[in-house]
Amino acid sequence: MIRLQVIFFMLYGPIAFASTADHSKFDELAGPFATGPDVTRACIECHNQAADEVRHSIHGTWEYTHPVTGQQLGKRHAVNAFCGNVVSNEPRCTSCHVSYDWRDMNQAPPSATDDSKVDCLVCHDTTGRYSKWPSGAGHPIYKPITKDGKTHHPADLAEVAQNVGLPSRQNCGACHFYGGGDDNVKHGDLSSALVSPSREVDIHMDKDGLNFSCSECHVASGHDWAGSHYSLMATDKEGTGKPGQRRDSASCESCHGLEPHSKTRISGLNLNQHVERIACETCHIPAFAKGGVATKTRWDWSAVDKSGEMGRDIEDYLQGNGEHRHGYLRHKGIFEYGENVTPHYAWFNGQIEYTNTDHKIDPQQIVEVNRIFGGPQDPESRIWPFKRMTGRQAYDKVNNNLVLTQVWGPTTDTALWTNFDWSKAITTAMQTAGKPFSGEYGFVDTYMYWPINHMVAAKDEALGCADCHAEDGRLQALEIPYMPGTGKTPTLDLLSLLAVIATLAGVFGHALFRMMAAVTRND
Amino acid sequence: MAMHKVRVFSLFERIWHWSQAASIFILIFTGLAIHGTHDWIDYETAVTLHSIVAVALLVLWAFVTFWLFTTGELRHYIPNLTIKCQKTLLSVARYYAYGIFKGEHHPYQKTILRKHNPLQGVSYLMLKIVVFPVIWITGILYLLSSLGVIELSAYLSVGLVAVIHTIATVVIIMFVIIHVYLLTTGHSFKEHLMPMINGRDRIDLTKEQYDYLVCNDPERLED
Repeated sequence: MIRLQVIFFMLYGPIAFASTADHSKFDELAGPFATGPDVTRACIECHNQAADEVRHSIHGTWEYTHPVTGQQLGKRHAVNAFCGNVVSNEPRCTSCHVSYDWRDMNQAPPSATDDSKVDCLVCHDTTGRYSKWPSGAGHPIYKPITKDGKTHHPADLAEVAQNVGLPSRQNCGACHFYGGGDDNVKHGDLSSALVSPSREVDIHMDKDGLNFSCSECHVASGHDWAGSHYSLMATDKEGTGKPGQRRDSASCESCHGLEPHSKTRISGLNLNQHVERIACETCHIPAFAKGGVATKTRWDWSAVDKSGEMGRDIEDYLQGNGEHRHGYLRHKGIFEYGENVTPHYAWFNGQIEYTNTDHKIDPQQIVEVNRIFGGPQDPESRIWPFKRMTGRQAYDKVNNNLVLTQVWGPTTDTALWTNFDWSKAITTAMQTAGKPFSGEYGFVDTYMYWPINHMVAAKDEALGCADCHAEDGRLQALEIPYMPGTGKTPTLDLLSLLAVIATLAGVFGHALFRMMAAVTRND
Repeated sequence: MAMHKVRVFSLFERIWHWSQAASIFILIFTGLAIHGTHDWIDYETAVTLHSIVAVALLVLWAFVTFWLFTTGELRHYIPNLTIKCQKTLLSVARYYAYGIFKGEHHPYQKTILRKHNPLQGVSYLMLKIVVFPVIWITGILYLLSSLGVIELSAYLSVGLVAVIHTIATVVIIMFVIIHVYLLTTGHSFKEHLMPMINGRDRIDLTKEQYDYLVCNDPERLED
């Protein structure tokens, strides 16, 4: 069945993408446009529901109320192990918000009330020339800017507007590949290597093969996308649904069904049972951060040091595509990287709880910035692969909670990256968010978990049985009620060995006795 | 009474014995690979072979069971529980534990009506009614649960089923070792082995038995 879908996609995919409207012929898009919002005004003259749809999506709100835990999540609220938090760091962070001019996390984004503040182009540009300026609160540049000796020129907004289309991997990747401030810093399985990937990097996005765009799996209706890493569909029991039935699900099963392995092979029948307890990704993504782009695996904030002394001996990381990644930045601390990383595996039912500033932590333990739920006894749980980010980040020593930090603010006298004063940076961020801070900070070791779903390998490169069914297998550290081949029955094995040895000793002893007796008799 | 060469094991019994032996060796080998004892065979191949050979052996056993009951051959395995007959069992045990070292002869002579000595008969019976059922019942439970046909409970978990299956395997390995070793007792290894290959063995027949075979079953007489 999947074969047919694939052939259909390859034959008719390009036709399905073709629009019946040539946007370059619309008078409304002739321009010139001075700003992004000017273009948006033109867009919504025809697409009169689009702005409303976008503002209510998670891209628009950066807010997500967890349906199970009730926790208020989304970028507007969640704490992470990277730059930590958005609040007090606008507009650096909101350069990735699908709007213009969001400068205060305590306020709703301007796009919530003003249609023209929705940024259409960041997702729909096909020229590759439109990009949001890193500190522009969502705006691109409108006049040439020289930074670090390089002059950046603004895009011709009319040209961009006349060439809009459906989002490509490049569009989504402009933000999602660069989360955490640089290529593949956060996710591990989302990097610029996916803009034009080979078959080895991702079987679905292979530029010479299926060449899927993100929305091929993250199906959308009304600008609302399937797939959430706050509340994941860790176990899809519906599969493909009925023929022709639309399913807004980004799960593997929504295309591949619930019994994806060959039913004419014993191993296939077995693997179809594995699906109940093992996520597809566990076997089919044996490694992430592929294609020459490394992911950040450790970020030690405690090494921030104005003099740069603390990182003097730390070397850069040379990644597969030949680029250097900083091993140390005096305003950010020490970094470690990984490529072709073997995932961390854990039981997961799709629920994640964040250790936000209002959670008490035990600074003697490694603090889980986000806690993943699930276990072997929970039928909703399966074994999933994760990127486990290790961090060392600031916390309130008196109140025992993680803190927010104002890292960005080149013109302030409080931001960490400018002033190297943790106390001021934390105080400012906590005050801005309306949270208490004792004034005393320290650093705790942290873990943060990122479910791995991308960089799917071709089936002949998926894990084999013995990758897990072995004494040093990949799932050895997990609590699994029963799993053959892992050497977890040492007592039984020892007793069995003794029984067999005793039997052998018995027969050999008996034989020896017979021979000796025969010799004696013959004497 | 005179010694004659008589076909004691029919072709069916010999095919049964040797295909069962081969199956058991393959099952032990692949089973140990699945258990993680060795990795001399690819895991996936081990699982596939183990499943196929196990099912094939079950089919064979179904035929054997039918054959044992319909032909009356089952009698070779049913022990006689009278005190007198139990003593013969003890005398065989005594022989292996003592007499054999003294150069005594085996107390039992194979007859046309009884192919196994009493100890042998009891051992095979135990294998048939205890060890084999344990291994195939746990094996079927394991297989069906791994294929999703049945759901095992918390009390009889797949882990417990696997442990029982493994213990039964160890008993079978012990049986195989002793079974092969006992071929070396008596006159020669070859003399024990050949009847299971060509079916023939030397049997002491009464005149009546001999005449009966001449008249009614001449093919069984090989001399």
